[in-house]
Amino acid sequence: MAEEVKAVSEEDAVISLQGVGKRFGERWAVSDFDLRIPRGVTYGLLGPNGAGKTTSLRMIYGLTEPTSGSLRVFGKEVRENVRAVRARLGVTLQENVLIENLDPRENLAVFGRFHLLRGKALRDRIEFMIDFLELRSHADVPVRALSGGYKRRLAIAMSLMNDPELVILDEPTTGLDPAVRLALWERVRELRARGKTVVLTTHYMDEAERLCDRVAIMSEGKCVMEGVPSELITTHLARETIEFDCSVKEEGEFLRPLEDPRARVRVGRRLMLYADDTGVYMDRLHQREGADCRPFIVRPTNLEDLFLSVTGTSLKEVE
Amino acid sequence: MRLSLPYAMSVWRRNAAMYKRSWKLNLLPNFFEPVFYLTSIGVGVGAYISEMAGMSYAEFLAPGLVCVAAMNGASFEVTYNVFVRMEFEKSYDAMLTTPIEPIDILVGELLWAMSRACIYGLCFFVVVSLFGLAAFPGALLALLAIPLTGFLFGAIGLAFTMLIRNIDLYSFYFTLFLTPLFLFSGVFFPLEERLSGLALLVAEVLPLLHPVRFARSCFLGNFDFIMLWDLFYCVALASLLLWWAQKRIRIRLSE
Repeated sequence: MAEEVKAVSEEDAVISLQGVGKRFGERWAVSDFDLRIPRGVTYGLLGPNGAGKTTSLRMIYGLTEPTSGSLRVFGKEVRENVRAVRARLGVTLQENVLIENLDPRENLAVFGRFHLLRGKALRDRIEFMIDFLELRSHADVPVRALSGGYKRRLAIAMSLMNDPELVILDEPTTGLDPAVRLALWERVRELRARGKTVVLTTHYMDEAERLCDRVAIMSEGKCVMEGVPSELITTHLARETIEFDCSVKEEGEFLRPLEDPRARVRVGRRLMLYADDTGVYMDRLHQREGADCRPFIVRPTNLEDLFLSVTGTSLKEVE
Repeated sequence: MRLSLPYAMSVWRRNAAMYKRSWKLNLLPNFFEPVFYLTSIGVGVGAYISEMAGMSYAEFLAPGLVCVAAMNGASFEVTYNVFVRMEFEKSYDAMLTTPIEPIDILVGELLWAMSRACIYGLCFFVVVSLFGLAAFPGALLALLAIPLTGFLFGAIGLAFTMLIRNIDLYSFYFTLFLTPLFLFSGVFFPLEERLSGLALLVAEVLPLLHPVRFARSCFLGNFDFIMLWDLFYCVALASLLLWWAQKRIRIRLSE
């Protein structure tokens, strides 16, 4: 991991955190966080609720001051350059902040003025964002009458009004239907294609796996794993997963004659075995249970498996 | 961090954009209120009062009511509205993802409160003038009392808002602070004729007393050095409270 981090030089890094910590009272929400995010990548900050993701983001855009460590964005110390740094980034907060009585166009205008846009530049940018997030059919409807999907798109459009180089999305798709999620993923890919750096947090591991070039998994304020999702999965778990229900007693009996899997995770009765070739476990099940074989699933290992094996508390990982 | 006026104005513009949507509905009641006050208390109660401080009761009442209108206009903005934007709507959290700084928000809200004070106060002033209760040109200087009152009560309300954590506490602010000020700041009767000596000096702490006295002096064309003290009081108290409020809003919004 250390080598991976070094590979991104200081100049290329849009965001660079060194030993960053934040304490609230007695509790360290984030501690000893090292992070380098290179220009142009889409980066996922993952972790269970309370892991310190939002606090990390707030420090990055200069709202919360770190208790310790050094934090640079666009190569600038955030604390001393808050206005300059924020002028070049855009943030979509976890909860939409919209003016309910105004329509999307007016909301965009208000937000554009926060960046001192005016006149034709403001009007052009509003129309551009309305097209970019496909809001045109609802551009003149008061926000309070919009569906959750439209509101979220508007919130994202607002955070892009200043054409930011760095886009921060805090749980962009939480609570949205699959069609809207897919549409928003497309927008994120589009931003990436335009050379923007995107940092997002999410609880959906499929989202992180599909969108993110790199991810950091946080747990209890610390970064516990960092890297390219597919590489992390094969390094820390294995390519394939076989999962089925069985008791702890059966598990021991089942695995005794076999080589240990690379890792295993248990959630209640559900057992997941990770191996580069799950064939041996399939054969063993068939051999033991014949025609009455219990149902099982063989699938590619995904980021969710890794996430659970790293952050889960009631789960067991084979060393 | 230093104040940036363009950013503060963008905060002002946000509120103005919302007001623009409903200004016709908002503006009209502002005209009815002074008419009702002047006819009920000025003309109705005034019929039983031959004179007050050497003038008709309606004449006595008029400048004070203009200031009260400005006070109310500013107060609603910087209390409930600012609290809701800060704590419930999280509007400021969104502003702080842009180059806007907490001090810009504070000043933007203050300027907006002053604008509301001017809208209220000017409506009242127009009605008072139509009633023939303003002596021009002296009364024109009284127009200055309107933004002044807005500035003062904008600052007081913002400081209170930055202090409290519970929106229910505003009922205390209105009933135990603004209402007594309304009743005892020389709007309805001349304080200097009811109080004497030390009590009269103590009464000088009442914030509303100063713009009211300033406006009344203008209405009467009675220019006096005490008006400078009234101006100084308003600016000094407001500046002190704003200085405290800007430290407080910075802490509050970074939590």
